Amino acid sequence: MTDLPLTGRARPDRTPHSLAEWRALGGYDAVERAFTIPPAQVLDAVDAAALNGRGGAGFPAARKWRFMPAPETSPGPRYLIVNGDEMEPGAFKDRFLLEALPHQVIEGALIAAHATHATEIIVLIRDDYRAAIAGLTRAIAEAQAAGYLNAMTMRVHPSAGRYIVGEETALIAALEGGRAMPRKRPPFPAQSGLWGRPTTVNNVETISLIPHILANGAQWFRALSHTEEGGTKLYGVSGRVRAPGLFEAAMGTTARELIDRAGGVSGSGRLLCFQPGGGASAFLGPEHLDVPMDFGHMAKAGAMLGTGTLIVLDDTACPVEVTARHMAFYARESCGWCVPCREGLPWAARILRALEDGSAQPEDLAALRDIAAEASPRGRSFCDLMGGAMAPLASLLARFPDLIDAHLHRGCPLKGAG
Amino acid sequence: MTLPPVLQAQLRDLVAHEGNPRAAMLESLRLVQAAEGWVSDDRIPQIAAELGVTPAELDATASFYSLIFRRPVGRTVILLCDGASCGLNGADAIRDALMSRLGIGYGQTTPDGRFTLINSACVGGCDRAPAAVIGPDRTLVGPLTADTLNAVLEEAP
Amino acid sequence: MSVKLTLNGREITVEDGRDLLSVALEAGVDVPHFCWHGALGSVGACRKCAVKVGDKVEMACMTPASEGMVVETEDPEAARFRAQVTEWLMLNHPHDCAVCEEGGACHLQDMVVATGHHKRRATGPKRTHRNQDLGPLLTHEMNRCIGCWRCLRFYRDHAGGRDFDAFGAHDRLWFGRHEDGPLDSPFAGNLAEVCPTGVFADKAWSKVYARPWDMTATPAICTHCSVGCNLTLNERSGTLRRVQNRYHGAINGFFLCDRGRWGPWSADAPTRLTGPSTLPDLTGAIGLGSPRASLESNWALRRRVGADHFFAGITDSEAALTARMASLLKAHPTASIADIAAADAILVLGEDLTATAPRAALALRQAARGAERDLACQKGVALWLDQAVRVAGEGRRSPIALVTPLPHALDDVATWPLRRPPHAIAAFARLIAAALRGAATDPEAAAIAQALAAAKAPLIVSGASLGLAGPVEAAAEIATALGPKARLALFPPEAGSFGLSLLGPVGGLEAAVARLDRSPGAVIVLENDLFHRADPALVEQVFEKATSVIVLDHLATETTAAATLAIPVAAPAEAAGTWINHEGRAQRSFGFRPPRPEAPAAWRLLAGEETDLDALLTCLTGDLPALAPIALAAGPATPRAHPRQSGRTAQDRAGRVPEGQPRTDPDSPLNWSMEGARAADPALATWTDRPGLHSVSAAYAAQQWIGGPLKGGDPGVSLREAAPDAGPMTDPAPGDGLIGLPLHSPFAAHEADTASPPLAARTPGPRVALHPDDAARLGLAEGARLLIDGRPAPAPLTLDAAISPGHIGLTGLRAVRAVKVKAAP
Ligand SMILES: Cc1cc2nc3c(=O)[nH]c(=O)nc-3n(C[C@H](O)[C@H](O)[C@H](O)COP(=O)(O)O)c2cc1C
Ligand code: SF4
Ligand code: FES
Repeated sequence: MTDLPLTGRARPDRTPHSLAEWRALGGYDAVERAFTIPPAQVLDAVDAAALNGRGGAGFPAARKWRFMPAPETSPGPRYLIVNGDEMEPGAFKDRFLLEALPHQVIEGALIAAHATHATEIIVLIRDDYRAAIAGLTRAIAEAQAAGYLNAMTMRVHPSAGRYIVGEETALIAALEGGRAMPRKRPPFPAQSGLWGRPTTVNNVETISLIPHILANGAQWFRALSHTEEGGTKLYGVSGRVRAPGLFEAAMGTTARELIDRAGGVSGSGRLLCFQPGGGASAFLGPEHLDVPMDFGHMAKAGAMLGTGTLIVLDDTACPVEVTARHMAFYARESCGWCVPCREGLPWAARILRALEDGSAQPEDLAALRDIAAEASPRGRSFCDLMGGAMAPLASLLARFPDLIDAHLHRGCPLKGAG
Repeated sequence: MTLPPVLQAQLRDLVAHEGNPRAAMLESLRLVQAAEGWVSDDRIPQIAAELGVTPAELDATASFYSLIFRRPVGRTVILLCDGASCGLNGADAIRDALMSRLGIGYGQTTPDGRFTLINSACVGGCDRAPAAVIGPDRTLVGPLTADTLNAVLEEAP
Repeated sequence: MSVKLTLNGREITVEDGRDLLSVALEAGVDVPHFCWHGALGSVGACRKCAVKVGDKVEMACMTPASEGMVVETEDPEAARFRAQVTEWLMLNHPHDCAVCEEGGACHLQDMVVATGHHKRRATGPKRTHRNQDLGPLLTHEMNRCIGCWRCLRFYRDHAGGRDFDAFGAHDRLWFGRHEDGPLDSPFAGNLAEVCPTGVFADKAWSKVYARPWDMTATPAICTHCSVGCNLTLNERSGTLRRVQNRYHGAINGFFLCDRGRWGPWSADAPTRLTGPSTLPDLTGAIGLGSPRASLESNWALRRRVGADHFFAGITDSEAALTARMASLLKAHPTASIADIAAADAILVLGEDLTATAPRAALALRQAARGAERDLACQKGVALWLDQAVRVAGEGRRSPIALVTPLPHALDDVATWPLRRPPHAIAAFARLIAAALRGAATDPEAAAIAQALAAAKAPLIVSGASLGLAGPVEAAAEIATALGPKARLALFPPEAGSFGLSLLGPVGGLEAAVARLDRSPGAVIVLENDLFHRADPALVEQVFEKATSVIVLDHLATETTAAATLAIPVAAPAEAAGTWINHEGRAQRSFGFRPPRPEAPAAWRLLAGEETDLDALLTCLTGDLPALAPIALAAGPATPRAHPRQSGRTAQDRAGRVPEGQPRTDPDSPLNWSMEGARAADPALATWTDRPGLHSVSAAYAAQQWIGGPLKGGDPGVSLREAAPDAGPMTDPAPGDGLIGLPLHSPFAAHEADTASPPLAARTPGPRVALHPDDAARLGLAEGARLLIDGRPAPAPLTLDAAISPGHIGLTGLRAVRAVKVKAAP
């Protein structure tokens, strides 16, 4: 047993294991074990482990699985989709899990499929992760040849770009070959997912944790965590830190500890603020350094854990500039379905850029505040893309009013600094 | 120009495998792009006919995805990250250096057809910021400096 | 189950789980919206319909009503968000209202005004699009798009069109075709109405543009097929400017076909007949009635020449078949278009529905989704969640069998797209009937029989598109076997066909020729290009045997050219008249401009100038008491409704608001008046707008419930009981040689369709098509010039494997019959 279940077996150079090597490390034991247990018991184990989904929203994995209708009530194909789209700005964790530990993903997927009575597993991976796509495809072939897949089919589906593909219902639309446009929930994918059939979508990290719960038990899994939410978390730290990287640590590890592990704040060395979970999370300040970083505590702090990949700003970095970058990205990645996101985000991006370059007028700032005020509450846009995009903006406006005013007419006062 | 027979055969296999012509749309575009680098206007009706969908249906999909290229690209596509972490670590300087060295802006291809420069965020290499993914294998490069950038460009075909 | 909720402080009782937007609109609260549409459901894309539900802002169109809900539409938080959505929508809109067709009757304008967005804060450049040439019917001005997705949801999801789609993403999203070119779908014209702004506008209107409120509006009935969709005709300065859908709950609902939308333009066709309009002495003349003339005109001719001198200007067999179909109306429950959409199993026998009764085909497409809706319902998905239903339904389709000689435009929704040569259709159908009676038959027939038997509301469709009685008789037989739950929809060839057969047993052209043989005399032809209705050899006999031929028509045709005297009359769109649709529903149409003395309605010319429509109807119903209900087809015609209830309202171009006595219309309860009170009678109402809501998007306001009947009841009266009695028919043996197979087009069925310039531009050229094997056998190659029955074929030969061997597909052919084919010298 290890306190680094996710990454403990990874090679330093990230090259994947062959099946034989993986077997030698105890690989597929959990799968063999899980297949002897009825699906309902696997589900109970995951439930007891308090595993929250690692895709961003932190939804309890077991609860999501329980939404799947019993096979008797809905005979026909059922799907498990592993979400490896990872296009969130600042996120680079799933890349590692897919590249370095493909057999771990397969193991987790097979167990999850068993628990949800899925008949097919599809792993969607963003196209830029070519090594991951190749490695996982190879690993699936090995597992298949060795008989681990039984009757299950498992395939890798590369995405063709677009951040929205990571949103689970848009992902399903992409797998159906068309435009990746989000769909109304409810009906949730469990009721009506890929081709209208029951479907579970889980993040790569969520799936990668499953074998360890089966292997070592729910109690062990919960004990890994500092908080009520079970397991370890693969955190990432980037931005203004000296040694950016990924760190597997107990769920609920603090930002202070993570930033320390990343060599501390670079630039001026003084922390201005950080986003705890990728571009779509709010800016937190030094006062939040000791808040345990799990889904619950981050939400309480007014942010969200999201992907758990921190973006760190020292006090010579401009949060307006960072937000402008985020906003340009989200505006570009809007699917175009709903009005607030399609029209509101490009406008916000333009105003933020104008603030940076000094052409923004007070009226623009008023419009920016209105956009943030009107689009931030949940449910204003069709899916959560726009809501996510509003998190950095709203917190920027709330946290740095003086700095923003200083941008009016003159542009970024920090430009050239740091 | 008609579809090369190899591609035609691959498309047919794809449809047979997917069992549903619409489901094969995105894959078919990827297939043609893998072979030809991009998906030309001429190809859209040809692929659509192979699949049994309409050109409109296929182009609706093709025009949605950022990595289905509907304009010709250079032999080496550079997806330069303009995301936050890269931005915080000098991505703009790398961008400026790259643009002046290649003489092109985002979305453009060098006249010799060697490089296409596209902005992307984020490329999942925040720990190696400023980063880019380059070439047919989408190799992650970073942290980019003036020197590493030169090396990367020189190696490109 | 119903629930109580509070809407703006008022307690209302509504059906559990319905969307709050529909609930509010039906309760008279006009919640702003864009993407929602009464026929297309909710998709939640525009985010405009925000209302406060409890303490949270929700999209009304996506929120199910539930017990105890407190809904405030004017809550400041909701209103603020709606205003913000408007500002977003307008960021890239060109603000080109002054040059936009929709200006003044634009849903976007209405919503912008309603949400109080008057000042532009955004300073950046607007994104622009390249517009496309979408063909002769519609304009494309993409910059006006607000991305509500209605166009695609109508064109692709509702009408099954596949050459139009959404392209690009984020704020570069646009809608159109893959490349320039006319839109394929024969329902494309509806884009002009579903689009809440000016992206798609009626090109014909655009060319002779008049502002929406400057045009008079007249309620009319489409005369271009037997469905009888309700139209609004817009006129300005004496010319037709635009045709719009006029909602009818049981027939056209929100949508028309393109033939109906642009058919009335034959009224201003370059081929309008001109000249003096005085009738010569008709004593002893034979009258030939017309399937494209109104009931009144046919009756007036019949009275003028005498019943024993009156014949139908169609073949004997078509007259008999139409009468037989009419008589079947009495024997079986008929199907309105709304009934078709609600059927849960459908069998189509022989009918090329998309071409012969397009609006019925659109309804059938909706019926096909029934199984999908059922499955979604089982999964707990509300039926108004249109997009979710399509996903949850797993693509299931209700059982639909199409038994036709040629590939069918509805094949994509059919469970059984079956091809049978024309004469084999009835035989196959009888197997289904036999299976329904318990006999063992072929497996396909048995499966179809089983689906029909299992259905709650099965529907059998047939009609005259092959000119054969077999499929019609078989349809009736199957309907009988299914019992009273089954509906029968039989489509006669034209809008006036059933009206003609209601005048009593009439022979056709063969009978007329026989009569001329016995006693030669003059022939008067009513609104009919005979060469389009019968074999030219037969028509020529009429010309040979008649002492003179007098033709009454609004168009110059082959028949008027050959006539001794051609007398201009009003176009159908100019004349008041009654039309009996396929279900036996009598509907009144009114002329869109004051009758012109030089081209009066045919019935007026025949009945005498002094007669008005009321007087004529009195005579008509006196003559044929069974037709008495038609007097009620459009409100009480006498005494006249107060002129202020006129549906026609506009200032004339001289700026006059006619005060005092407005110009009167002797043939309708409508006047040409500026006074525009809403007509109480839905058959006379042309406006659904009211203060603040001026576009067709507000049509819901006239409906009892969204998509339901009009307030005051859907117009029209049933004449089923007045149908003639006609016994079963059998088809004669087809004869030797190749069998001619009629080829139909949704854009044009007859000479009045092709006379409309917009439709002419969309009508495919004539076709002559043979199976390649037959062509090889006959030594004919693609492109060969042929003689058909000794006359030059209308087009060079095309080879088409879809034509069943032994057959030759021919445009313009009215009924299946043997033809002699050889290469032209
Ligand atoms: C705009 C948007 C983008 C998303 N991108 C991703 C992604 O790249 N990877 C991912 O796992 N989840 C992503 N999600 C979350 C997914 O919708 C889904 O909740 C998740 O895959 C479920 O996995 P989990 O339950 O294991 O957390 C995204 C959500 C939104 C709204
Ligand atoms: S918020 Fe709306 S436009 Fe944006 S990605 Fe989601 S559905 Fe598409
Ligand atoms: S009408 Fe409700 S979101 Fe568009």
